[in-house]
Parts: sequence; structure tokens; C-alpha cells
Amino acid sequence: MSSTIPTDLRYTETHEWALLQDEGIVTVGITDHAQHLLGDLVFVELPEIGRVVTAAESCAVIESVKAASDIFSPVDGAVVEVNELLTDNPELINEDPYGEGWIMRIKTSATLDGLLDAAAYEAIAVDEDEDEAGSLTSAKLAG
Amino acid sequence: MAKRTPLYDRHLAQGAKMVDFGGWDMPLHYGSQLQEHHQVRNAAGLFDVSHMTIVDFPDPAPTRIFLRYLLANDVARLYPGKALYTCLLNEAGGVIDDLIVYDRGESGYRLVLNAATRDKDLAWIAPIAARFNVVWQERDDLAMLAVQGPEALAKLDAVLDADTVAAVRASRRFHAVESHGLFIARTGYTGEDGVEILPLIAEACALWDRLLASGVAPCGLGARDTLRLEAGMNLYGNDMDETTTPLVSGLGWTVAWQPADRDFIGRAALEQQRAAGVPQTLIGLVLEERGVLRSHQTVYDGDCEIGVTTSGAFSPTMNRGIALARVTVGVSDRCQVDVRGKRLSARVVKPPFVAR
Repeated sequence: MSSTIPTDLRYTETHEWALLQDEGIVTVGITDHAQHLLGDLVFVELPEIGRVVTAAESCAVIESVKAASDIFSPVDGAVVEVNELLTDNPELINEDPYGEGWIMRIKTSATLDGLLDAAAYEAIAVDEDEDEAGSLTSAKLAG
Repeated sequence: MAKRTPLYDRHLAQGAKMVDFGGWDMPLHYGSQLQEHHQVRNAAGLFDVSHMTIVDFPDPAPTRIFLRYLLANDVARLYPGKALYTCLLNEAGGVIDDLIVYDRGESGYRLVLNAATRDKDLAWIAPIAARFNVVWQERDDLAMLAVQGPEALAKLDAVLDADTVAAVRASRRFHAVESHGLFIARTGYTGEDGVEILPLIAEACALWDRLLASGVAPCGLGARDTLRLEAGMNLYGNDMDETTTPLVSGLGWTVAWQPADRDFIGRAALEQQRAAGVPQTLIGLVLEERGVLRSHQTVYDGDCEIGVTTSGAFSPTMNRGIALARVTVGVSDRCQVDVRGKRLSARVVKPPFVAR
């Protein structure tokens, strides 16, 4: 499966992307690779505005037809905005993971230097494709 | 290495996401499980279910006696062309598998069993069949294609010859016809009208191609699972297994108690459970708030733990979380489900969730 990995974003090993914009605001979503593995998204549980989070802390949950997945904050900070559109349209994450499917914005004083760049994330994604992405695929199926 | 159906290359060509299922490499979806689900509810979808186990019993008379002992439902209810859903029980009344048995008249009986249970099913059936002097043959030379949905029958015009289509149209739900050597049953695992066609493996790819050309969309096992759950159909290994009887699995209706003198495997245990009072029941749950239900979530009535979900999913048709749950009898009309540490309110319903 070929997925898109924009070079202007930073990434976590847990498949979030992060984009640092003005005034220390980081926009967070999940990667194209992750949405491919999860399949159709059907439910998103967003964090409350103002919630203080630390890096690698679970602060949202997305559920696909297949499984529930935690969304981890890439940085220390506070949640200042969430993508309310996802509540009624979780499929935006499948359709446009780096655009309309963004999940939350976090105000931080940190930099993104500790996160993966596109090349490093791609290496992880390729490895997972090869071993059939154990953690994200699950499921007992009808048969 | 995982087994492959004759349609494996077709799945790859259609861009399927393949997963291991019961030792078979099967399509999970071809892009969007949700779209495939809606396709079956609104039009027609095509499933490769060639992994299913097919066993033929060519001698009708001895097989009838044998199956009346082997199966909890009674094949005496059948007549040529009719199908019957039943459990295969052990002596303790536990469910070894669920299956459909077809009465093929002078050609005998055909059983269609699950794929993941094949080895233990055949190991169970073989010595009993030998005792009854019944011969049987696994039909691993047959594939199985399911065409399901409100437009399924209409799509067959361009696919099968006119005689065969006429015979299928004249048949009813839960019946099968055989025309020019092709076995076609009005059965399925989606709650929709449709057929399950059993071509020879050598003919399966050509049939698959003709069905796709007629506008039936390929659908994976992911959609099959949400479709069967909406239809209130049990999944073996989730909703029942060898540790549960049909009576605590919402399958009491498949047990033929009459005639009272028919001895079948598991009967004594079921009668004992019935006399002592059946302790649990399988209910349907519809989540009242946003979210998704999954299997193995704990179910509460107030502060009291009453059971566990056995199958759960997001229902694409209802746009809600739904589940089957095994709970103690006497549950009220509402309960709570532990979803990742939160107690969410669910309405108790009698399946099917989506009535057709």
C-alpha cells in the first residue's frame, strides 16, 4: 500500500503527524498510513478544550470499523482547539488525513525537534507494511 | 502458508486488503468496508466464501437416520430442496459448530460448515458416520460465491442461463435448486435476499467475472460481519462455542424437542438445563450515545455485573454501536456497557437489529 507522507510535517512512532504553526500552536492528526491500516473511521472522542497534556499522553480516541486507537499528544501543552466536524463526519480522517481530518490543536512552548521527520517515519511505515501491521490489524471475522 | 481460494488472484487484482481467517488468506475489504456494507443493504454485493467447509452425504436413507442423531435440529422437517439451520452439539450440549444442511432429495444431504472449525468438525463427524454406515465426502472441489442484497436476484439474469434463473426465482428463501449441475441456495449471512452459488473450482473465476460485469460489487469479510450482526445472526466462536449451549446463545429455536423420542447428541444435557432453568440469555444492545461496541465488554444493570458482549460493532445502517451480549435472565430494558472504562447506556432489543 502506498501512503502519502508530506515532508513538511513531523511524526510520532504512534502514527500522529504534527505541524507547528505561529504562536506555538501545533496541529495534530493521524497519518495516511494509519488511516489505511485502521479502515473506515466511525467514531472520534475528542479531548476537552483547555486540557493540559504531556507528550505521549493519550488524549483522544478514534474508532474504526476494526478497532479503537488512542491518539497521543506529540508534545507537552494544552488543547486549544478540536475538530468538531469529526463528531458527525469521522470519515474526514480517511478522506483527508492531513487536511480536513485534523484532530486537535495544542499550544506548546516545545519544539518538534524530537519528533521523526518524513524519512524516519516512512521507514517505520514500510516495516509495518511488511509485517502486516500487527498492532493495528485485529479482528475476529465472520466466516 | 495460509490457504487460498480459487479467487485469490481476483481479490488482489481488485485491490483487496487480505487477512488471515481460520487459516485462509481472505479479503477483509476492497477499499471501504462501510461502502461494501451499504452496497449489500441497498443493491447487491458479491462475497467469496469458498473457505467454507462443504460435506456431501450421497445416500439419503441412512444419512437421514444419522443426521437426526447428529444434529440438534431435525432433518425430518426437511423435504427435497429445503435448507435447515442447526447446531452440531457435543454430549454436554456445547456447540461444536453451527451449519446449514440441505436436503438434495435422491442425491442425499449437503452440509455447509464453518471454515475455522473444519478439522474438529470432521474429526467429530467421521466416527459417528462410520457407526451409522454412512458415507460422506468433503467437496473441496467446490467454490462458494454469495450474491446478497435486494438486487441480487435481478443481477443473475446476465450471469446464469434462463432455465436456472427461472428456477431460482421460483424457489423461496432457505431453499436450494440444482440446475445444469450448479447448486444455488437462497441462503446467506447478511439478512438480505440473495443466493449462495457453489460452482466447481474450475468454473469459479469465470462466474466471479460475470457477476462483477453484471454490476455486483465485491465485498469482504469485514462487511459480512457487520451485515450478519445487524441481521442478528450468531458468529461461531464469538456468540457460542463448546462451552455454551444453544439455550444460552439465542439459538433455542433451532433445537427440535419434538418428537420427544428422537435421541440426538446433547439432548439429555439440554433437557437438564431447561429443567433446572436456563441461567442466561443472548440479548441485543443498541448504544444510546455515540460510540462503538466491541466483543468482551462487561455489561451492567445498575451496579450489578450481568454479563458480557459476545459480538459488537458500529452498525452502518443504524449509525450506532450495537452488540449481542450474554447476560443473566431477567434484564430490564436498559443496561450499561463498560466501553474503555466508561459506562455507556444501551437499550435492550430483540435481534435482528435491522429487519428486512
